[in-house]
Amino acid sequence: MGDHGPAKGFGRWLYTTNHKDIGTMYLWFSFAMFLMGGVFALVIRAELFQPGLQLVEPEFFNQMTTMHGLVMVFGAVMPAFVGLANWLIPMMIGAPDMALPRMNNWSFWILPFAFAMLTSTLFMEGGGPNFGWTFYAPLSTTYAPPSVTYFIFAVHIMGASSIMGSINIIATILNMRAPGMTLMKMPLFVWTWLITAYLLIAVMPVLAGCVTMMLMDIHFGTSFFSAAGGGDPVLFQHVFWFFGHPEVYIMILPAFGIVSAIIPTFARKPLFGYASMVYATASIAFLSFIVWAHHMFTVGMPIAGELFFMYATMLIAVPTGVKVFNWVTTMFRGSMTFETPMLFAIAFVILFSIGGFSGLMLAIAPADFQYHDTYFVVAHFHYVLVPGAIFSIMAAVYYWLPKWCGNMYDERLGKAHFWLSFIGLNVTFFPMHFVGLAGMPRRIPDYALQFADFNQIASMGAFLFGFSQVFFLFIVIKTIRGGAQATDEVWESPEGLEWTVASPAPYHTFTTPPAVK
Amino acid sequence: MRLITTQLARKGLLVLSRVAALPALLATSAATWAAPGDAVVDEAQRWVLNMTEGVTAVSREIFDLHMLIFWICVAIAVVVFGVMFWSMLMHRKSAGAKAASFHESTMVEIAWTVLPFMILVLMAIPATSSLIKIYDTSEADIDIKIVGYQWKWQYEYLGEDVSFFSNLTTSQDEIYGRAPRGEHYLLEVDEPLVIPINKKVRFLITANDVLHAWWVPALAVKRDAIPGYINDAWTIVEEPGIYRGQCAELCGKAHGFMPIVVHAMEEQDYSDWLVEKKKEALEIAKMNELVLPLDEMYARGEEVYLQSCAACHGVDGKGGVGPSMVGTAITTGPMQGHVDVLVNGVQGSAMQAFGNQLSELDLAAVVTYERNAWGNNMGDMVQAVDVLNYKKNQ
Repeated sequence: MGDHGPAKGFGRWLYTTNHKDIGTMYLWFSFAMFLMGGVFALVIRAELFQPGLQLVEPEFFNQMTTMHGLVMVFGAVMPAFVGLANWLIPMMIGAPDMALPRMNNWSFWILPFAFAMLTSTLFMEGGGPNFGWTFYAPLSTTYAPPSVTYFIFAVHIMGASSIMGSINIIATILNMRAPGMTLMKMPLFVWTWLITAYLLIAVMPVLAGCVTMMLMDIHFGTSFFSAAGGGDPVLFQHVFWFFGHPEVYIMILPAFGIVSAIIPTFARKPLFGYASMVYATASIAFLSFIVWAHHMFTVGMPIAGELFFMYATMLIAVPTGVKVFNWVTTMFRGSMTFETPMLFAIAFVILFSIGGFSGLMLAIAPADFQYHDTYFVVAHFHYVLVPGAIFSIMAAVYYWLPKWCGNMYDERLGKAHFWLSFIGLNVTFFPMHFVGLAGMPRRIPDYALQFADFNQIASMGAFLFGFSQVFFLFIVIKTIRGGAQATDEVWESPEGLEWTVASPAPYHTFTTPPAVK
Repeated sequence: MRLITTQLARKGLLVLSRVAALPALLATSAATWAAPGDAVVDEAQRWVLNMTEGVTAVSREIFDLHMLIFWICVAIAVVVFGVMFWSMLMHRKSAGAKAASFHESTMVEIAWTVLPFMILVLMAIPATSSLIKIYDTSEADIDIKIVGYQWKWQYEYLGEDVSFFSNLTTSQDEIYGRAPRGEHYLLEVDEPLVIPINKKVRFLITANDVLHAWWVPALAVKRDAIPGYINDAWTIVEEPGIYRGQCAELCGKAHGFMPIVVHAMEEQDYSDWLVEKKKEALEIAKMNELVLPLDEMYARGEEVYLQSCAACHGVDGKGGVGPSMVGTAITTGPMQGHVDVLVNGVQGSAMQAFGNQLSELDLAAVVTYERNAWGNNMGDMVQAVDVLNYKKNQ
């Protein structure tokens, strides 16, 4: 065998079983989806710039909110984390590749087809999905546009991709660690992904079941979700959120792993409470299965259900708090510098905590009667997803890009990108707390006059944030094409096996396992 | 506790509103970008930062709960972010900080697991007691059934024979910027829900087609309206006044255009109103016996069409979400089929059954209008009594 390089031409990408190539494809794909989902968001924000309908009709507006959510969740955030897992997990545990490389190729290559199909619905008669990313029945069944069948098929393919990806990650982590790499020595990114993969395997089939029942209702005369036929529209919500709530943690647990790698490096101090971080992650994963109905406090559950889901949800604050305290204590009495990955990681801790606080407020069922389905909720989940998931992915790109391509990014440009994103994001999403509390429902294309000012501010922030990401694209391309040569360590004594290989990482790494002390 | 949190809330809001005044100044110019002639929103309303305290005991309790949790979160944030910023300031490498090497402490970890847990218990106690209160829908003085339709609300006063629909009155011209927007843009209806003050009013909430949610912030009532379910909620309003809300669950195209207006009035005024409404109902029944000439039916039909049909089928009948009505098999086919579609709707489509939503006279008028408008020119017509007979015989 020996060390051979990649094949040439397009075939390299089509047939590749190399974890680095597949990781790269996942990351570029997710970035493309991020920009597309971003354009959808900007259509929303442009329409909401002032009261009245100016740019789009309500039907199209609803398609935009739906597609924005679907594309960002399934197309941008999830594949980005799978891409990072592909690149990093084998290098972090001293494995030569993923355990199931051919399946790895397949789990990536079905994704572009799923999203091509999903996006094509926008051009179909009746338009694309217009029932929100949560696609509550019967709006998504009896009352859905004909394209809903394509949406269902696309979701099935995305689910298959995620399940295959998770099986691969679990098989890799459990079987291919270098000798001496015990579970409790694994980097936290590996740990959080291991737990995330189990969450995915547990809930993606539930999502598949959910959309299959929709399919049956629409085409085969069943009435799972139709009250007129003896079915139950509330059942839909229970099934959906049994998938949906763990899904939220699927999008944040790997982020915890990334931040737990970056903060110690730039604080020059080992991560505080490694073991408790692992246990906290596992606790969050467990709790994620028993809190789903907090998305449904206004659905009219019996009070016992209401109380159970309120208490269980509040409990999540405990392990999440442990994580935040651990990160802050890692910084405490460190020797800190503030390169771009660290800036993103610090912003993550602060802004994710703010999203956590509003999450705690939302957990209080009586107060949720006022918050539910308002912009307060929109503000909350964007605070955990944008500076949470998205910022952690950007932090990861700046942190590991020199290892991937061998060049350092331009620190000044990176910092400029950080500050533009940071300001843009807060200007966009902070005012949403205010309009939400003042009574603006979510998913409306037009609003009462008193909400005009904060919406205008939010729209301006959104365009700033959006264009900053084009700048990010420029920085990444510039780094790949040239720049200062990165050392093998890249940073000052970072921890982890990935820093022991050359920069850029050779096409094949750890063909013989490293010795882990 | 309530007093303290409310005071804290007021002080905090004062500070917040001062901070908010800065962007307010910057944005006054921006606000003029709204179409000229639009109603000017009160300065205090433009920059509302917080939840309303509302006008019921429950809404105030929820507000206090909200503020209590908010200030606990603020306190935690000050401590955590305080330590963080202090570290970032004092423990910088550029300031010569040398990194310590400690990385665990079981005692500390136990402490910051147990302490937050105790804080959560403190939060859960008032939350539980409020929830129990909100769930006690027993012993109501008045029962009102609320049905969500795409895209309007129906209110039925149980046991009183009073029932009506509540539609948005904001004009398409205002929405599309062809006319100045009024003060209650998108929050105004033709017939508000009328309730007496100081009486326990129970709402029985359901839906006819898709999910909706009935929400009035000042009452702190939000309940999903679900086909096949009847959810209940209650309120005792203390202040007479007009309280506005919106549908809170995505229900399709006009989800943003089905507001809720509650008019709470003194008990005597309410009884007078109820008597008046019952009289109206009788008059409508009488109207159904009328036989009207084509031009009157056409004019009435146009009004009904714009109110109930135009949202889907377009002002010009050329369709939109719903199909076009110009020269189709229904509008230019047999009369019976046309009446059937209106009365019974079309199964499995968004076309609702209007049989119980509109009076027989209005059904007859709109059928007549559709058969004669937009060049359909059928020249035929149908009377209220015909519709009534059709309904009886089917």
